[in-house]
Amino acid sequence: METSIWRALLYLVGIMAFAGLNAAYLGWCERKGAARIQRRVGPTEAGWAGLAQPLADGLKLMSKQLLVPDGVDSIIFRVAPVLAMIPAITSMVVIPFSGGIEARGMELSVLLLFALASLSMIAILLGGWASGNKYAIISSARAVSQNLAYEIPMLLTVITIVMISGSMNLREIALDQQGGFWHWNIFRLENGHFVIMWISFIIFFICSIAETNRAPFDMTEAESELVAGYMTEYGSMGFGLFMMGEYLNMVVGACLTTVLFLGGWDCPFGKTPGVWWFLIKIYILLFTVIWIRWTYPRTQIYRLLNLSWKILIPFSLAILIITAALIKVF
Amino acid sequence: MTVPVNLRHDETFVLNLGPQHPATHGVLRVKLTMDGEYIVKAEPVLGYVHRMHEKMAEAGTFAQFMPNTARMDYLHALAFNHGWALVVEKAAGIEVPERAEYIRVITVELNRIASHLLWWAAFLLDLGGFTPLLYAFDDREKIIDLLERVTGSRLTYCYMRFGGVCNDIDDEFISGTRAFIKRLRSRMPRLYHDLVTHNIILIKRIKDIGIVSKEQCRRYGATGPVCRGSGINYDIRKNEPYSVYPEFDFDVPVFDECDSMARYMVRMHEMEQSLRIIEQALDKLPDGPVMGKAPKMLKPEAGYYYSAVETARGSFGHRLVCDGGKNPYKVKLRSPTFSNLSLFGEVAEGMLLADALAFMGSLDLVIPEIDR
Repeated sequence: METSIWRALLYLVGIMAFAGLNAAYLGWCERKGAARIQRRVGPTEAGWAGLAQPLADGLKLMSKQLLVPDGVDSIIFRVAPVLAMIPAITSMVVIPFSGGIEARGMELSVLLLFALASLSMIAILLGGWASGNKYAIISSARAVSQNLAYEIPMLLTVITIVMISGSMNLREIALDQQGGFWHWNIFRLENGHFVIMWISFIIFFICSIAETNRAPFDMTEAESELVAGYMTEYGSMGFGLFMMGEYLNMVVGACLTTVLFLGGWDCPFGKTPGVWWFLIKIYILLFTVIWIRWTYPRTQIYRLLNLSWKILIPFSLAILIITAALIKVF
Repeated sequence: MTVPVNLRHDETFVLNLGPQHPATHGVLRVKLTMDGEYIVKAEPVLGYVHRMHEKMAEAGTFAQFMPNTARMDYLHALAFNHGWALVVEKAAGIEVPERAEYIRVITVELNRIASHLLWWAAFLLDLGGFTPLLYAFDDREKIIDLLERVTGSRLTYCYMRFGGVCNDIDDEFISGTRAFIKRLRSRMPRLYHDLVTHNIILIKRIKDIGIVSKEQCRRYGATGPVCRGSGINYDIRKNEPYSVYPEFDFDVPVFDECDSMARYMVRMHEMEQSLRIIEQALDKLPDGPVMGKAPKMLKPEAGYYYSAVETARGSFGHRLVCDGGKNPYKVKLRSPTFSNLSLFGEVAEGMLLADALAFMGSLDLVIPEIDR
């Protein structure tokens, strides 16, 4: 691996730009998408088709006073939003966008990603806890139980993938799926024995929505119950960072789904693989997430936990065992 | 999901839900004693928008109270207009032309649909579904436009007069209403039922949640969709008919499940029944004046008068005491939501916060009407 300082700087700028643009413009996409679904037009005033809206929102948030209310744990209160953002950006380091675009290859990149994903849950917990607001504390308690419940089936499906690919390196996993959509883990027909992987994909996708606290699993910010959840006491950029962190987690989730199941940068027809295929795939996934949010009402915290413990975990465990058996047999 | 709660007192905390909270749709405050996410005790605190409507009625003439009625239940304002007009007409012995009564029924039923649509939108918002809000507002807007055409206002109507209504309806209103009936009927199955009613998440969230027994309904005096969702067939339009309602063929939807889903279904079916009433009323609409003979200055004979109407939220009664003067001596308003809310505390005990708020949404609360 090359270790030139310029390469590190280039990737640093590139990842920051990618993260920043996504965090800002996914908000715009969400508002436009929601507007289309709801037969509205969405933002139109700031810039052409409202394209300058994220800048305006950012400026507004930054120009606001960072209010730290009395009675909060002021250090943790300030640290929590930053902590929500850092793991999401850091995760981008190990994601292979294409054969040549990857900031830092690691043998255990899958493990690193999941370790970082858990950190964002801690940010929510700390933010809610430090606020000293009852709604915020209920919300962070929900976040923790929800994240714990959904990390297990998520990890079980990832272990299945790791068993198939024989590597914990995201790049290796993606390379293993090159050459057309029939090589991708979601379809995987090669040896005829991984036909149940699409169930894994659905489980993983549901878990990634739940992990990022998106509707219909947005228990932590159920505004009709908990006002704004863990963000109740936050204003200004504190709120902004939480929002951006949420969008970035969505992006990381979509990247991970793409690499693990959809062949990474591979072209569905086995021709011209490249970074554009990767981007097309993640934006289709992100659009699906937005689409789901604006279609379904919110579920209930105990239904959410039931879904995980009673359906997703047994299923993913069964798939893990079946896959292990199949690998042994063939 | 209701579980028995056995707690030591010091393990609970108090959660102040409101007076400014997204779920209470107004300035209702509920003091919740919570154990984690379970409610141990729920205590509604009223009076944040108490505006002394009953006292205001005594201070002005009979006609001067008409605008006040619309400001109590701003979602079904025409029914409140209607109720006040009926009780005063009863007291003063004023005859109302038939056409005027038909117009009253048409506008009141249109307003009832608008109210149910808004309830539906707000209820789904409570459950975290944003998109239905816009779809319902799209349809509600059509009703509001129609009503604006004849009444001159969009929300707080003052359309009824003692002895009739202030404006006649025109052909454009009639054709517009017919077009609206067609439109809502075509949109109802796809946009309302396929997208929302049959949605598994919605069904799981409101089925078997918020069970209000028949006995509780009777004890608290719950009316409207709340009691009809608990299997009590009580609708003032049928049970104590007023106006020209006996001339129409319509059903009163009653569901026996007692849960939030039952109340939801009652309202969804009521919209269809209201459409039926409007359709028949438009077909039978007689010609003639829309204002009967009424004295400029009303001085009803001394006595006690009572009249009730069925609003979107239940039975709304006016108790009017006259002393022969030009002002009412005393007015007592019996508002449906006050009774419907009263049972919240008892039913919400042992519920989860999120379920309790879904249950509260299914009661269809309009706060100014509770406080009056």
